[in-house]
Amino acid sequence: MDMNLRNSLNNKPVGVIGIGSFGAVIANILAEKKQVIVYARNPKVVQEINQAHTAEGKVLHPKIVATDDPEYICGRCDILFPMISSSGFREVMQKFSPFLHPYHILIHGTKGLAIDLPPGKSLSDLQKINRENIYTMSEVIQNETVVVRIGCLAGPNLAKELETGQPAATVVASRYDEVILEGQRLLRRDNFQVYTNKDIIGVELSGVLKNIIAIAAGALAGMGLGENAKGLLISRGMVEMIHLGKALGGNTTSFIGLAGIGDLVTTCSSTFSRNYTVGYKLAQGDSLETVRQTMAETAEGINTVRLVKLFIEGKGLRAPITESLYKVLFEGFKVEVALQYLMKIPLNVDVDFLEN
Amino acid sequence: MADNYIKHKYEPILPKKDEWPIVRLSKNRKEFINKVADASRDKILAQTGNSVDALKEELETTLYRERLRIKQNPWLIDPDDESAFWTKVKSSLVAITADLTLTQSQQKEKYQAILEDITLRYTEEIASNFKHSHYKITRRVVKFGFARLLNTARVKGFKSLFSSQYTLQDKIQIIGETDQLRDLASRGTIVMTPTHFSNLDSILIGWTINTLGLPPFIYGAGLNLFNIEIFAYFMNALGAYKVDRRKKNRPYLETLKTYSSEAIQFGCHSLFFPGGTRSRSGKLESSLKLGLLSTAIEAQRANYQKGIEDISGKVFIVPVTINYHFVLEAPSLIKEYLNLTGQERYYQETDEFSNSYKIAKFLVKFFTKGSDISVSIGRAMDTLGNYVDADGNSLDKHGRVIDCKDYFISGGRITVDKQRENEYTYKLGKRIVEEFHRINRVFSSHLVAFVAFQMIKRDNKKLDLFNLLRLPDEDISLAYESFKAECGRVLARIYELEEEGKLHVAPHLKQDMDQVIAHGLENVGMYHAKRPLIRQDSGEIVTEDLNLLYFYHNRLDGYELEKLFK
Repeated sequence: MDMNLRNSLNNKPVGVIGIGSFGAVIANILAEKKQVIVYARNPKVVQEINQAHTAEGKVLHPKIVATDDPEYICGRCDILFPMISSSGFREVMQKFSPFLHPYHILIHGTKGLAIDLPPGKSLSDLQKINRENIYTMSEVIQNETVVVRIGCLAGPNLAKELETGQPAATVVASRYDEVILEGQRLLRRDNFQVYTNKDIIGVELSGVLKNIIAIAAGALAGMGLGENAKGLLISRGMVEMIHLGKALGGNTTSFIGLAGIGDLVTTCSSTFSRNYTVGYKLAQGDSLETVRQTMAETAEGINTVRLVKLFIEGKGLRAPITESLYKVLFEGFKVEVALQYLMKIPLNVDVDFLEN
Repeated sequence: MADNYIKHKYEPILPKKDEWPIVRLSKNRKEFINKVADASRDKILAQTGNSVDALKEELETTLYRERLRIKQNPWLIDPDDESAFWTKVKSSLVAITADLTLTQSQQKEKYQAILEDITLRYTEEIASNFKHSHYKITRRVVKFGFARLLNTARVKGFKSLFSSQYTLQDKIQIIGETDQLRDLASRGTIVMTPTHFSNLDSILIGWTINTLGLPPFIYGAGLNLFNIEIFAYFMNALGAYKVDRRKKNRPYLETLKTYSSEAIQFGCHSLFFPGGTRSRSGKLESSLKLGLLSTAIEAQRANYQKGIEDISGKVFIVPVTINYHFVLEAPSLIKEYLNLTGQERYYQETDEFSNSYKIAKFLVKFFTKGSDISVSIGRAMDTLGNYVDADGNSLDKHGRVIDCKDYFISGGRITVDKQRENEYTYKLGKRIVEEFHRINRVFSSHLVAFVAFQMIKRDNKKLDLFNLLRLPDEDISLAYESFKAECGRVLARIYELEEEGKLHVAPHLKQDMDQVIAHGLENVGMYHAKRPLIRQDSGEIVTEDLNLLYFYHNRLDGYELEKLFK
């Protein structure tokens, strides 16, 4: 297949669904090469983008236009980038589903999990959940829509640094070569590398699970602990991520790549990271409620801790960092107590996941 | 899917045999063979990237493997000129290398000519040899011969010879989406994918297809089966093409796939046993051989490329499960399964189907004793695993009509993307397995075998499977009352699963538990010399062959019923 010929034939605009901070950055990157249509639910935001070329204050490329009509954006674009939080993801996909066709390509950038609850039940009713109840975002897309060519973006991509054009890289993962190529072609620019991976579940889980460790890193910093503690956390966190990630269906290799260790190191060191901030504030003595109220965008890690805790209980697995965080977040444990508990875990083998 | 079987007489959907795709194909046999051979040659050339060296290497590898096969694993059915053909290929290859005067393009031409010889030879070897007269005879033999057997057994006395009180349809019940299948078969192309437990399956499915009034389907049968005269005759009559599992070289595999793809494009309904070979373990197929399945997807795309967008160019996948109380080959299958370390080995010609006499003996047994079989026809799907409506339109999960062509479109055009189609094949395989579990029909014998084995397993928690199977049979006995209680528990869960649409239940399970158990024990593996389960006079349930019990137990694998025994 002649890629260049094909691409020159297809000058359709590219869609971005959701215009949070990461969505805005991606829309701007895409707009350097393509016309971009943004979907926003709120008509005020749509108006702001179309008139002032800003989205809730974030500056957007003038080539970007906005709509609140799913049918319009699906009709105009073959390739769409959903950039919405996991809590609203399923709902948005349900809204888009009637207008999506098997030729559409969806590449999402959401680092969270969704859950499928039995009708009439809430999360607190459940004692444990199985893998079938947990959905990564690519699984939500497959479940709600007819789209099969699905990809995801993950990696150390702090929106604030990308905005200023600092060098960075991302991973585009998909089971389809075609999706990877399109993602690369659309996102690659001088200061932005695009790596590829076929293990989409592993890459999605890397982005999801690292948020747990990021909260813990914030908590350590909030207690005023130093770099030794951080090193300990990152390496043990890595082991826990791989342990959980494998149980959820990812490959070990994906977790030691850019989307795994790369993102983990970044998020555990950055005060820009929302999940890190949650941990930091908790350690300073704030309650989860207060922390939540002061944040503009959701910290995915909170929900992830909750789901993963239920999952490991169903599976009979142990994940000390996640379990301790759960106690802090939802059972009112003090961060110090949780840390003491972690330090008391009997010594174990350092690395046991690279054999075989 | 209706569970209650209603005996039906189906009119043929195409009364005139000249309209049958398979008859049209056999009339154009020569032309078709050339088309397949050429298309295969082109594919292999494309795969070698038009490089002379790569082509040469491919040919040399093929030659090497073929000569090795002829030497190490010759079969009766192999043609006599085989050695001569490959010797000729060898000398041609040598001649090209030796002739230093040849230019690159002359060399290429000569290599291509050799490749063409090979693909043509392979195509001729694979191609089916459908003869309508043979088909008619076979149909008559199956229908009348079997009817005689049945009636001799069930209707007493001299009259039995002429009685037609029982027909094969009483013995083998066809349930499920039969009307949809008939309807779509008259308008589009069907690829039927049945489960595979026994060598009898191909004849059984052939009979099913005929009973439903459908024209014959073509299908790939292992070449080893053609070693046996009785099978060879049936196979040829049913439109079988030959699959030689010994040949793993690229030109052969490409030719085989091209044959299947072109036949589907021609409009021939096809039959794939997607499990590849018979299920050794007795489990429903959980991973499928995707090679042939990919040809259905390729053919669908090719039809769209040709601009055929209506139902006449659409390919429908129809999963089918065959439900038995009894699988003749079970003892050797399970033995093989347990011995194997997972690699596929060459078919051993030592099992119960090894000669015509044994088969005849089995057939007599089969028809004179009462053990029923049912064939469940699943809902038709498109080549991506979406259900289709009455007009063959693909539906998404919410029932919206979608265009199957869109799956092959990229940047507004139909594109050929092998990697994408491989993914689609993988997805389709998963969907078929899902459907197998859904349309699978639970029999009493499956229930008793499952419960008994799980109870034995629970009593010996510390043993792994292999040690468990080595337990002396005389050490195992289950008290009837607790066995009955466990059967009740499992059956209750099975009914829940049925409610959720996850499987089907045979009507004979809707009796009281003692009757269900009696029925199950009577039927489970009923013709084996050593019975997997028997009830002693004292009431205890014992086994004579634990491996067989394991085999029949596996039929209910994959529904998480074993969790009830934790």
